[in-house]
Amino acid sequence: MATQLPEPIIEQTYYLNMGPQHPSTHGVLRLFLKLDGEYIIEADPIIGYGHRGHEKMAESHLYEQFLPNASRMDYLSGLIFNHGYVAAIEKMAGIEVPPRAEYIRVICAELNRISSHLLWFGTYIMDLGGFTPFLYAFDDREIILDILDRVTGSRLTYSYCRVGGVAKDVDDEFIAATRGFIQRLRSRWEDYHNLVTKNVIFIHRTKGVGVINREIALRFGCSGPVLRAAGVVYDIRRVEPYSVYPDLQFEIPTGTAGDAFDRYMVRLQEIEQSLRIIEQALERLPEGPIRGRAPRNVRPPRGDSYFAVEAARGALGFYIVSDGTRYPYRLKVRAPSFGNLQVLTEMLPGTLVADTISILGSIDIVVPEIDR
Amino acid sequence: MSFDDFREELRKVVDPAAIRASDHGIKGYSLEVTARSDQVGRIARAARDTDLFLEAISGVDFTDCFQVVYFFNGFGAGSRVQVRVKVNKGESLPTISTVYDAALWHEREVFDLFGIAFDNHPNLRRLLLPEDADFHPLRKDFGRVHAVRSTDEIYGDPTA
Repeated sequence: MATQLPEPIIEQTYYLNMGPQHPSTHGVLRLFLKLDGEYIIEADPIIGYGHRGHEKMAESHLYEQFLPNASRMDYLSGLIFNHGYVAAIEKMAGIEVPPRAEYIRVICAELNRISSHLLWFGTYIMDLGGFTPFLYAFDDREIILDILDRVTGSRLTYSYCRVGGVAKDVDDEFIAATRGFIQRLRSRWEDYHNLVTKNVIFIHRTKGVGVINREIALRFGCSGPVLRAAGVVYDIRRVEPYSVYPDLQFEIPTGTAGDAFDRYMVRLQEIEQSLRIIEQALERLPEGPIRGRAPRNVRPPRGDSYFAVEAARGALGFYIVSDGTRYPYRLKVRAPSFGNLQVLTEMLPGTLVADTISILGSIDIVVPEIDR
Repeated sequence: MSFDDFREELRKVVDPAAIRASDHGIKGYSLEVTARSDQVGRIARAARDTDLFLEAISGVDFTDCFQVVYFFNGFGAGSRVQVRVKVNKGESLPTISTVYDAALWHEREVFDLFGIAFDNHPNLRRLLLPEDADFHPLRKDFGRVHAVRSTDEIYGDPTA
């Protein structure tokens, strides 16, 4: 006969702190979870651990002095932030950029997008328990960092764009190395898919997990691969074309289900499209100056302006209010991960704790860009 | 639902004189709306019903007042809308978090950095700064800034 337990088991909900130093939170994010056993009832992402007050800093710095800050918000696609900030000022102040500089910017920004997606690919699979793909991705990413290091002088926090152009011209070696990289990544593409995309454990961990459909994405203002995986064809490079993107042929990959697997596929296809963009840009790279005529200190006219670019994680916006002086009166950064992270409050309730890692990884957040 | 539907709806909510078309290529938004705080809720509902999403909420501190700036955007080209609302110092704004879930965090951020309260927000606490902070850093009287201006100095008539 079974023995009666001395006291009845007390069943109650409890709280779990995931982070701030959890390896899958990429940056410093704390998820405050209310749990019923293994199921999440409520999720509250707590951010701000990396708040450095970039927007405040802008108010006491010249437009040019703020340049290095932009790439430190999102350290994984810093060049796109750098490009976006500079382009926002140029548009407001009406500064022309020579075509060669625009092409160099696009080539470097797309290389940066690939490196960001490759890092995401490696770490996401590692979060799900696969170590080898991480090494593949970082091996390839290292080549991009070397290429960009040679021309920009830094490996992560690039301050390469200048108002009216870029800091340094590219040479034949850069072009040859970039062409070599495109060829190399394409030759390894099959390995990537064989290793991960067809892996049955990976498929089970991602298919049908964390579905973000069009309606949820609209409510939370999601953008980037998260939105495109829900089947919405929305890419700033196409909707609000900037730089030389209108001259280049590329497709906008979309998903259908909006689950973690679709987001994975969208990012992988985006890498292929970025390779296409770089290839065309290298082909068309014109000769000429790399710096246009720009004043030493820009003074955008009074008023405000909003400028959006497509960063690796989605729509990035710079809202500048100018009082006509050399200092921005107000600079607001609309970070793409902001909406993409907030959607977790809707996605996580009802899922298992183990799936949190898969969902959190699949939306690809960089917390410092939300914290600013 | 298209952007033109939203424009139609907007005319019903705010005075047509307060709606100005602007050059998307220069300004980054196609419509510039100057609204009163009691109109914000209806504008947000009109935006939601015509398939726009809330892109950002931001604040600006002036000598005479605060300004809260809303950005709505659609998935079509050139459909960004800017809504500027004047908030007197010490006054609050109605929340639009009942319309857009995204506003839950955007309004918390504006509250955190500017100290502008949003009425009926279900959970108005600090977002980026620690809970025990006793300042609102993006106010112009905090820290080092280059200049403090009035609304007129930035948005006023340049010929006046």
